[in-house]
Amino acid sequence: MSNRAENLVVQDEEDTQKGKYLTFTLGEEQYGLEIKYVIEIIGIQEITVVPELPEYIKGIINLRGQIIPVMDVRLRFGKPFKEYNDRTCVIVVDIKGVSVGLIVDTVSEVYSIKDEDVVAPPDLTKGLSNRYIKGIGKGSSKVKLLIDCERLLNDQVNEELLNLSKGE
Amino acid sequence: MEDPILEAFLFETSQQLGQLEQVVIEAESVGNYSENNVTDIFRFVHTIKGSAAMMQFKNIATVAHSTEDLFYFIRENRPSNVDTSSLCDLVLEAVDFIKLELEKIKNGDKPDNDETRLIKRISSYLKSLKQIYNLEEKEEQNITHSERPTAMLSIEKPANEKAFKAIIRFDEDCEMRNIHAYVIVHNLEEISNDFFYLPKDITENEKSEEIIKKDGFIINFKTDKSYEEMYNFFSETAYVKSFELTQLDNLKAYKTLEYESCHFTGSDKIPHQENLVGEHARSNIISVNIHKIDKLLNLVGEMVISESMVSQNPDLKGLPLHNFYKAARQLRKITGEIQGIVMSIRMLPIGPTFFKMNRIVRDMKKKLNKEVNLKIIGEDTEVDKNIIENLEDPLMHLVRNAVDHGIETPKERVTKGKGRSGTLTLEAKNAGNEVFVVIKDDGQGLNKKGIIKKARENNLLNKNPEEMTDKEIYNLIFLPGFSTNEKVTEYSGRGVGMDVVLNNVQAVGGSIQIESDENGTTILLKIPLTLAIIDGMNLRVGMSRYTLPTTSIKESFRPNQEDIFKDPDGNEMIIIRGNCYPIIRLHDFYNVQTEIKEFDKGIFIVIENDDKSACLFVDELLGKQQVVVKALPEYIQKIKKIKGLAGCTLLGDGSISLILDASGLIT
Repeated sequence: MSNRAENLVVQDEEDTQKGKYLTFTLGEEQYGLEIKYVIEIIGIQEITVVPELPEYIKGIINLRGQIIPVMDVRLRFGKPFKEYNDRTCVIVVDIKGVSVGLIVDTVSEVYSIKDEDVVAPPDLTKGLSNRYIKGIGKGSSKVKLLIDCERLLNDQVNEELLNLSKGE
Repeated sequence: MEDPILEAFLFETSQQLGQLEQVVIEAESVGNYSENNVTDIFRFVHTIKGSAAMMQFKNIATVAHSTEDLFYFIRENRPSNVDTSSLCDLVLEAVDFIKLELEKIKNGDKPDNDETRLIKRISSYLKSLKQIYNLEEKEEQNITHSERPTAMLSIEKPANEKAFKAIIRFDEDCEMRNIHAYVIVHNLEEISNDFFYLPKDITENEKSEEIIKKDGFIINFKTDKSYEEMYNFFSETAYVKSFELTQLDNLKAYKTLEYESCHFTGSDKIPHQENLVGEHARSNIISVNIHKIDKLLNLVGEMVISESMVSQNPDLKGLPLHNFYKAARQLRKITGEIQGIVMSIRMLPIGPTFFKMNRIVRDMKKKLNKEVNLKIIGEDTEVDKNIIENLEDPLMHLVRNAVDHGIETPKERVTKGKGRSGTLTLEAKNAGNEVFVVIKDDGQGLNKKGIIKKARENNLLNKNPEEMTDKEIYNLIFLPGFSTNEKVTEYSGRGVGMDVVLNNVQAVGGSIQIESDENGTTILLKIPLTLAIIDGMNLRVGMSRYTLPTTSIKESFRPNQEDIFKDPDGNEMIIIRGNCYPIIRLHDFYNVQTEIKEFDKGIFIVIENDDKSACLFVDELLGKQQVVVKALPEYIQKIKKIKGLAGCTLLGDGSISLILDASGLIT
């Protein structure tokens, strides 16, 4: 019985989170991230470099005793590196139990985007970043590129494998 | 393994099985089942049966059930001429069957092994027992069920429906009795459509729990099932400590359901399985999920660090804060104590792991016709849970080796002037921050010539055997692909031998030593008490900090330029007291930016792992410290296994240091 109640609570939570996106900027573009993945937003912190990792994984940070990896989303999308400043933010996300910090230029605000305002990205555009975009949100203001979080995290495992097999 | 009930079932059942095995082996070694043994075995299989039935693992329940039947007979009749050893075989077979099924459940598979053959063998064994006991099948039934009033059997309602009354008592330590009662009612609905029970308001009224605890849970019901079937129905219900099942012969008794009626003394009541589980040694122990403890340990680790961040905060420097420092000292003392206690929570006695070896020795003894006594010393020694788990396989392998290769057959032993039966000793003892585990046999010892011959055949020799010390020769057996036994026996000699043992032991930070002569072999495993905290040397390269376990550090020094040279391939080497070591520049190894690239500006650390050594070049040493080991984030582990990194840790100032692993650096 208590299980059912729990489910209800979870569902409720999901309902209120549905269609809400945390938006952030990388250069000129605005990106959106489903709010249900977001744990917290922190300022840029001292990053401990871990050797032998892909360039876009900057290292690990100490988040109140929890050690989490941080990923520079700019580099992940193949954009040039930008020096971190006091507007640089780390969005801590939890994707299927894996915590990762995403380094972005600035965090804007939470937008509601209705499902009918989301269109699929055109297949035409090539390039790295397009693979991680699962839709384009047409809001009242600027267009927002909605990120496929699971792809963002898990895709590079395949990349690594590809690189490995190429290397050997 | 999300389901906590399933998890509890698996945990409890495997514990019960372990204890069951223990009792059986104990009984066998004595050669006789004492009354206590039989009661214990009966109790274990009964519990297993009950919980398996509740979880609806039918084949486990039936196997347990038939074993229970067997021991029921033995308990009731105490036949004197039971062949202990064949009975043990049978029970152990049942244990193995259930173990296998549990393994399947653990892996998420369905427990689908066919139990019929085993059941058949158990029941035919029971039959033969009964025959020996000189009882006709029919007569026997009368005896086992003699407590049952004979009148009852004759009462048959015209519609073939019988009225029953059941008083159910739940386990002492079981909670939510009303819920369990509700489960019974729910199950009863399938069998009977006319029933009522007391207390009536089991689901709504919380006080019903107390009433059930005091008076038991009473059900009157009508069904066309037989007494036998109903008896089984209740005995298979979980958490039932005891129950009385009575057939009612008049309707009036059926209709009146009063509390008074349950204060039983009347002859129409049959006490069954009273006090079966009893107040058995359920001491003050709770079982807690290990993840919670890991979390607690992590948090306490953080607390220790935060404590030093506060009390040694640079902002406080030079301020006259006497009261503050007094309070800070108190805080430090308490955090230290908490850390100690949390560490001790994870510690488990090594006993159960040792006792598991009993079974292996017993089986091998039988198969190989050897006589072996297993002696266990220091089973109370406590070791970190993670380490114990990793120790089981190597220990099993070493015990098998000792019985298979080490201890001779009784005949050989007698001609050698040794006692007929060999002795295998398992011993555990604390030694500072380490635990020593000793596996000692009084067998024939390691065959040095055989080892050398074998090593030569497999091209594992890299030195003249005549120059080798005994220790070096024995260490050959740890090389991959080495197995001295000519014949592959069932128990050992599959070629995946000692190198796996060594790997497992090293994985928990331990080491192995062998001593051997013609009077036996002693293998010493040195195991750290815990993996969670290590003594580390912090060092710096550029902006990065690293921590090296002090156990792998041999020495550190500033080099003389003239000792350093390059081989033709450009690899840098250093000569220290006549020995040549390769130099690993940590900044090159991990591609870290640093100013210090000249050897005379930095410092050298000689690191050692097994027999291999290397010289690590770093910027500077920062000091020795105990650190709490943390794994690298899952995400990073998934991307890549980074060479030479064992994990990370937090330093006093909150910054992260990477823990180096000497074995990964050297290779």
